[in-house]
Amino acid sequence: MIRMEDVHKAFGSNRVLRGMTLHVPRGSSMVIIGGSGTGKSVALKCILGLIKPDAGKIFVDGKDATKGDRDAFLARFGMLFQGGALFDSLPVWQNVAFRLLRGSLMRPQKEAREIAIEKLRRVGLKADVADLLPAELSGGMQKRVGLARAIAAEPEIIFFDEPTTGLDPIMAGVINDLIREIVTEMGATAMTITHDMTSVRAIADNVAMLHDGVIKWTGPVAQMDHSGDPYLDQFIHGRAEGPIEAVR
Amino acid sequence: MNPLDALASLGRSVLLMLAKTGQIALFAGGAISHFFRPPFYPREFVNALLNIGWLSLPVVGLTAVFTGGALALQIYAGGSRFNAEAVVPQIVAIGMVRELGPVLVGLMIAARVTSSIAAEIATMKVTEQIDALVTLSTHPMKYLVAPRVLAALITVPLLVGVGDIIGIAGGYVVAVQNLDFNAATYLQNTVDFLEMKDVVSSLIKGAAFGTISAMMGCYYGMDSGRGAQGVGRATKSSVEAAAILILAANFVLTGVLFSV
Repeated sequence: MIRMEDVHKAFGSNRVLRGMTLHVPRGSSMVIIGGSGTGKSVALKCILGLIKPDAGKIFVDGKDATKGDRDAFLARFGMLFQGGALFDSLPVWQNVAFRLLRGSLMRPQKEAREIAIEKLRRVGLKADVADLLPAELSGGMQKRVGLARAIAAEPEIIFFDEPTTGLDPIMAGVINDLIREIVTEMGATAMTITHDMTSVRAIADNVAMLHDGVIKWTGPVAQMDHSGDPYLDQFIHGRAEGPIEAVR
Repeated sequence: MNPLDALASLGRSVLLMLAKTGQIALFAGGAISHFFRPPFYPREFVNALLNIGWLSLPVVGLTAVFTGGALALQIYAGGSRFNAEAVVPQIVAIGMVRELGPVLVGLMIAARVTSSIAAEIATMKVTEQIDALVTLSTHPMKYLVAPRVLAALITVPLLVGVGDIIGIAGGYVVAVQNLDFNAATYLQNTVDFLEMKDVVSSLIKGAAFGTISAMMGCYYGMDSGRGAQGVGRATKSSVEAAAILILAANFVLTGVLFSV
């Protein structure tokens, strides 16, 4: 469904992606792991067109992601941002129903609110948070609202950027379970980037290890522990010794 | 120091300034083009009208009333040196409407509105809210920039008009209460002396200054660097740029509107 072919991206002299190639099959959950600053977020943003790659091709359903109707393209995606990226000035329900209140997916306000409250319930939040502002919520609740917003328009493809960063282990577990349930239930294609190995095991069908701007290893999560790849082994066991320099 | 190094440094600065000017021109053109292309965001526009126009009234009113009062005192004191105290109403009116009203309102809007827009948009950028807008199929120029610039273009001339009236009223109160002017004569002289051209030029300047203020806030907000420092720098740069451009535009517009 999503195919990245030899994608390069540099910021000045910092070459972040150096020929990343990856295939994410329809309906599967791909988790990209790798150290900080290895370009995981850049890869997601390249797919969405938030960042323009310097070279390489990105295809979604066999079509070049940079061509065609941009609104229709983006309407297929939902994204949970690392910090939630909720709009401070809008109440929770309007954040969740943002897409349903404007543009091509616009619905009547009452219907949009009902959908928002249903999505909030789906992520374990009560209807009484609907009228609060994002600043009035805890970090875990903000993540849930972000998740509700990502799924509000029932997208075919959902991206999760560090979904458990900054959460306590119990809340991280809750978010992992929610992501797994929602992706399975919606039949969506998911791409997640994370450092959290508990998350990887909870969410992933397939795993890809990004290092030095290229995919070092990719395969089913069940094979991750027996890959024989020294980069992946060092990363998943959190060892300071190995081919990945501990100080970057 | 090698003199060629100084020349190279000067050249780099000039190139940077030209590049920045080009970027701002392209940004402004893009923003204005979104005034006319759907989808439109009326709720954002109404919020911007309230924030830029209605909520700026107190600061504009206070600035104008004190300036008008001080102007009356200055003209009276200065005019008394050559027995021209009687010109206070005329000079307060022309000074407020042609020059002080638009410029001071413009600068207060730069302080209040430009800084707030830049800080808000820059914070949205560093917290990935701008990226979130894009992923939600919403063009940030259309949703964030066009409504604010259009609202400033409409409301700042009105604020300038209100500021002119309040400034003249400030001069009137001081002149009548402290300087023993006759109230009716003061008002008559003010009305008789002002021309339509003075008022129109004041409103034109207001429209230009409002556009500059909102545009600079939006541009520097969208161009912000990372982190708290990026937000701070964007806010500072936006106010500096808006203030300088307002004063420069005032000079140019005065030359164009009142060329003899």
